[in-house]
Amino acid sequence: MYDKTVRRRRAVLGLLVVSSLILLTAYFREPTGGALHNVQRGILTVVSPIQDGASKALKPVRDLFGWVGDTVTAKGDLKDARSERDKFRSEAIASEAAVRQNAKLRGLLNLDRIPNDLSPYRPVTARVVTRSPTLWFAKITISKGSGDGIRVGQPVIAADGDGSDDAGLIGKVDSVVGSSAVVRLITDSSIAVAATTADGSVSGTVKPSPGNPRDLIMDGVAQKVVVQRGDFVVTAGTVSRRNDLPSVYPPDLPIGRITRVEDAGSLDQVPHLKPFVDPRRIEYVQVLTRRVNDNR
Amino acid sequence: MAGLSPQIALRLAVLCVGVVVLQVAAVSQVVIFGTSADLTPLVVAAVGLMCGSISGAIFGFCVGFLFDAALVQTMGLTSFVCIVAGYGAGRLRELRDPQSVVVPMIVGAVATAITTFGYGLLNFMLGIDAPVSFLLLRVIVATIVFNAIIAIPVFALVRRWLGPALPEDPRRRRRRAYTTGGLSPLSRA
Repeated sequence: MYDKTVRRRRAVLGLLVVSSLILLTAYFREPTGGALHNVQRGILTVVSPIQDGASKALKPVRDLFGWVGDTVTAKGDLKDARSERDKFRSEAIASEAAVRQNAKLRGLLNLDRIPNDLSPYRPVTARVVTRSPTLWFAKITISKGSGDGIRVGQPVIAADGDGSDDAGLIGKVDSVVGSSAVVRLITDSSIAVAATTADGSVSGTVKPSPGNPRDLIMDGVAQKVVVQRGDFVVTAGTVSRRNDLPSVYPPDLPIGRITRVEDAGSLDQVPHLKPFVDPRRIEYVQVLTRRVNDNR
Repeated sequence: MAGLSPQIALRLAVLCVGVVVLQVAAVSQVVIFGTSADLTPLVVAAVGLMCGSISGAIFGFCVGFLFDAALVQTMGLTSFVCIVAGYGAGRLRELRDPQSVVVPMIVGAVATAITTFGYGLLNFMLGIDAPVSFLLLRVIVATIVFNAIIAIPVFALVRRWLGPALPEDPRRRRRRAYTTGGLSPLSRA
């Protein structure tokens, strides 16, 4: 009787371990459209409305706990924000003259103003429903899907906190089902974004920093280029004659600000930037559902 | 496992869906001191401690499967580590049957450590190019500490949910019978 129980226990355990290993191997080796991926999408289709409902219902509880954490963080941020405010105030005064001069020169040259709003890109606003609790997979699930015009590869922007201001690029759509989509964040090691500084003087490719998912690096910056700490980095929105090369991201989407430059001035100089949006605090996102002028 | 009634199987199924939805829709979005709690290893370990090794392992597999599906992650990864956590907790009950009040805390912390480190190890073995850093280690340690703190209420809630369907613990039955005067060795003598 005892042997039978032990044998059965070992058999069940072995079966479970083998099942998960088969699942793991099959999933890892099959293409994105494979059977297990389809099963996963099917489960996501069924589970996402439940998750959406649960996310809405549990928002007050989340906010209550979030308030405690935010209060602690806010105390630290306040000091930094005050010193930044003083710095930007003096810079704003200097910029005002430059803006006036710029407008005057544009008028003289009959140049069109580049629109700042994203309406031509047909942004679709969605709520963040779930996010991976680990640092291994930088993904979030949002409450809109293919039924709302969302397709794989479309860029996603977000604002820190309530979605009111300081929007920044956070990633691109990774997979879509009818009523929800999974967004791969720019902190994921598989993502690289062609980027430039706001004044266009520095260009490179923004990638996650090895060893720190909350830090991004700008790869491929030329040796002679002088990179300034505090510079704003935006998407380059590159175009190419080859169909597979243009950036999926429109130009001038804010990404982050340069915090330090590793080996400045050398061949291997690497600017580090802090993303404008903390992926762990996003509540709402906007998916840019339309390519405009090949994202030129 | 032999005494797994339909009622307890149903309760385990509801618990499985409930914990995954609660974890991904709410708990993982609450970040306190740079980390968030991970209910899955705690609940899997609690089921292992209450229902035994096989039930714990099967429950771990199901929770992991649903978790990977809901988060569109590599299928089988979470299942594998949760099987270990559930089976381990179940074996602890079967071999030692610890009764101390700090058992949930210790078991919860160990189960969290097994799942988080195991998950990382499997990722390395699969060659997933993920950032590995002091930050990652810090987050893992913080999650273990956080989980250890909330383990006691989580275990209590799981016990409350599964309790009505679980076969009564013989020791508790004996103690209750003794206090009500039913099966006291003295009265029998």
